[in-house]
Amino acid sequence: MTDPTTAFLQMYVFVLAGFVGYQVITRVPPLLHTPLMSATNAISGISLVGSLVIAGRGSGHTASVILGFIAVTAAMINVVGGFMITDRMLKMFKRQEKKPNP
Amino acid sequence: MNLALTTSLFATTGGPASADPRVLLTQASYLAASVLFILGLKGLTNPDKARRGMQLAALGMALAVVGTLIDAQIISYTWIVVGMILGSAIGAAISIWMPMTAVPQRTAISHAFGALAATMVGIAHFHEAPAPRAAESNVPAMTVGTPASPQPEVAEHSIGRVEMAALGFEVLFGSLTITGSFMAFGKLQGFVPSQPITYKGQNASNISLFVLSFLLFVYLIFNPAGSLSGLCFYLMIAIGLAVGVLIVLPIGGADMPVVISLLNSYAGLASSATGFALHNSVLIIAGALDGASGFLLSILMSKAMNRSFTNVLFGAFGGGEAAAGTVNSTEGLTVHSISVDDAGLQLAYARLVIVVPGYGMAVAQAQHQVRELAELIEKRGGEVKYAIHPVAGRMPGHMNVLLAEANVPYDRLYDMEDINNEFARADVALIIGANDVVNPAARNDPASPIYGMPILNADQAQRIIVLKRSMNPGFSGIENELFYNPKTALLFGDAKSSLTQLVTAVKNL
Repeated sequence: MTDPTTAFLQMYVFVLAGFVGYQVITRVPPLLHTPLMSATNAISGISLVGSLVIAGRGSGHTASVILGFIAVTAAMINVVGGFMITDRMLKMFKRQEKKPNP
Repeated sequence: MNLALTTSLFATTGGPASADPRVLLTQASYLAASVLFILGLKGLTNPDKARRGMQLAALGMALAVVGTLIDAQIISYTWIVVGMILGSAIGAAISIWMPMTAVPQRTAISHAFGALAATMVGIAHFHEAPAPRAAESNVPAMTVGTPASPQPEVAEHSIGRVEMAALGFEVLFGSLTITGSFMAFGKLQGFVPSQPITYKGQNASNISLFVLSFLLFVYLIFNPAGSLSGLCFYLMIAIGLAVGVLIVLPIGGADMPVVISLLNSYAGLASSATGFALHNSVLIIAGALDGASGFLLSILMSKAMNRSFTNVLFGAFGGGEAAAGTVNSTEGLTVHSISVDDAGLQLAYARLVIVVPGYGMAVAQAQHQVRELAELIEKRGGEVKYAIHPVAGRMPGHMNVLLAEANVPYDRLYDMEDINNEFARADVALIIGANDVVNPAARNDPASPIYGMPILNADQAQRIIVLKRSMNPGFSGIENELFYNPKTALLFGDAKSSLTQLVTAVKNL
């Protein structure tokens, strides 16, 4: 059972995190909007954490194990794929090496 | 099994178990992960620090995963290991072999994966809750999906209203994001027609379905353990899945940047709701960051198209009337085509060339030829800049990534507001597969569907060279009067082969 106090504390966390996110992300230049999207996608792969518990808790529900397994796989695709592709993209962004022509 | 550790089914916070050192370690890893995620995103504000930032975020993720694996609730590692290996293999394979032009598709499908994980967790959570209490249990047949014999030693808490609200958000956002993102993926990949699909009564039926799912949700909040709650829960998911398909059907390719951003936001909110249901702060935080980012990007994209969310979602862009309304203004006008040699000559002697890339460049995969041509011009003493419209391509920042892939230095890529004043002193504006983002109708034709959208001032350049496959109007079906401008010359053909020929032409001068 979630008691209302816990729910409020969670709401604080949510609202403040959303606010921090908004402030930080406002300063991300449009240049990096694609990597930003794949980065936040990788980060929200944190639902892996919830999936791990479902898949490994041994609740005795076969359905839960199957659901947990699907969830772990899907979240892991995002975590690994997300961080790798973001890095691959960011690696490509380079400054001009020599001085530009006058 | 140690009962003290499993008192709270999903909770890893609070309770009598909090004295356990493993629980403290888990919580510490979550706190560290949250901080590292925010630092990681902060890194993205500077292209030079972005990689380091993301490495921090990845470290945070690794910490959170290890922190979870040591959690005493986990007693069986078989499926975890199989799932993690399978997921890593698929994720790594996609990210290594995927061409950069497919970034929008991958992003769309990854939102579906994220939402799928959240939804699965939500369903498992609901499914494991005990059957309705004695008062309601006289009709157990109605509780779809609830097992006949629940496991009381584990599932000892029933779902309360607050928890149900979190679960409801989780599966509702999750389910509509799964199918919505899959449809977006299909449209980008080309196995679903990218033209808007509309039919009579579309908005009315979509809205009714949405209202229906909302009503089910409200019922569930007030009757979280009612006899009908199982039925309602799964019906709500089914409707969510249907709504996801239906809201993306009428959306055209040019509106994809907004839709992808919006789905990004939904996937984040689904993760965050998972955190609420599981009492897991790192999930709430990461989901909120993702949600905020997607929300912000969708606002930016909508602004860049001068349209509201509602208009994107219910507006089905590019209807027949829109094209018919503007066709008059170009009637009787002629286009001027140009030979490769002439175009090459103009580019070679230009002091400033501004390249305007669009989705056509991505389709033709012509970014490497663009860079080659730019290098030749620079070698001859000219300057080349790139003007990037926020909605050029199919997702935010699409053009930047493609040009970066072709080794174009990022300090040559300019945002719309930074470059728009420079077009007037540009000798040539080279438009590669872009259309609506340079359409002057956005400025001076109130009848045009894109009127009011901020555009790149390509028409102010001395000369405009447009690389174009044919005279067919772009995705939105809107005629572009820029193509009929006396200063404009069109070079017909595939962008890649046209650019290859231009490179040869400039080299031979």
